[in-house]
Amino acid sequence: MPPLLFYLFVLITLGFGLNVVIARNPVTSALSLAVSFVGLASLFLSLDAYFIGVLQVLVYAGAVMVLFLFIIMLMDIKSEEAGGRANMAAIIAGVVVAGILSVQVATISGKLPFSDKSTETAALKLAEAGAQWEAKGKENLPTISRDLKAGELPDAKLMGETLFSKYAFHLQVVGLLLLVSTVGVVALSKRDNKEASSQS
Amino acid sequence: MITLNHYLVVSGILFSLGLAGVIARRNILIIYMCLEMMLSAGNLALVAFSRFRVTDGLPDYTAQSLVFFTITVAAAEVAVGLAIIVALFRTKQSVDVEAVTKLQG
Repeated sequence: MPPLLFYLFVLITLGFGLNVVIARNPVTSALSLAVSFVGLASLFLSLDAYFIGVLQVLVYAGAVMVLFLFIIMLMDIKSEEAGGRANMAAIIAGVVVAGILSVQVATISGKLPFSDKSTETAALKLAEAGAQWEAKGKENLPTISRDLKAGELPDAKLMGETLFSKYAFHLQVVGLLLLVSTVGVVALSKRDNKEASSQS
Repeated sequence: MITLNHYLVVSGILFSLGLAGVIARRNILIIYMCLEMMLSAGNLALVAFSRFRVTDGLPDYTAQSLVFFTITVAAAEVAVGLAIIVALFRTKQSVDVEAVTKLQG
């Protein structure tokens, strides 16, 4: 990816991320967060993680943010009153802690063993990987090695292969977690029968 | 030239923005949005590490699987958290964190 595009997407991600924190109206915050997530998805695409990028747009920018907007609409929240009732101590603490953390990350990240690798110096060797896939024999999935030999990165296929072979059990645990959270949400938002009948 | 370092710094700044929001804001919904932002910053670092740790000519898909699980858990967490916020709003008629002081000593 050209450096100019990288900086453009970083600007979108961080700029709208900042707007989430400073905007007074919750609807502005939610929409800014959606745009920030789309910028982040473009960064994922620049890292050859196409599946994760699409997932980011579908799940975060799509489902999660729509849920947030729906709740904001349901509660009919007005934007925070314009008076300076904001807690100055909390704001100063937030800015200071965040500043210290980002300086720490910036100083440490340059000292990692392979932090100076770029997409050029750490290039993917697709043809080589394709040959290795074919050599696997019985476990070989023909579509993956065919795509790799054609010079394409079958991102979603490789992801699925990893998830369903190496992490098959974890995948089922996550499925169970989703079921439990669905039941939990229903239990949390169900009104008591007595309360409902007394109100109607 | 864009290196791993660039991505890590972006991830760190995004995480710090979320952290600042969690500490400074009082609207519980915006605090929740900032939590999502911090999770996404973690995902960015993981995906960057996965891309630059090339094994057998391919990115390391273990890290991307972890990102997949993070996104799933975050979605579940948002559903439960928003249900709790709605229940809170029903009893307090407010989304201000300072309206919830029952457990304060």
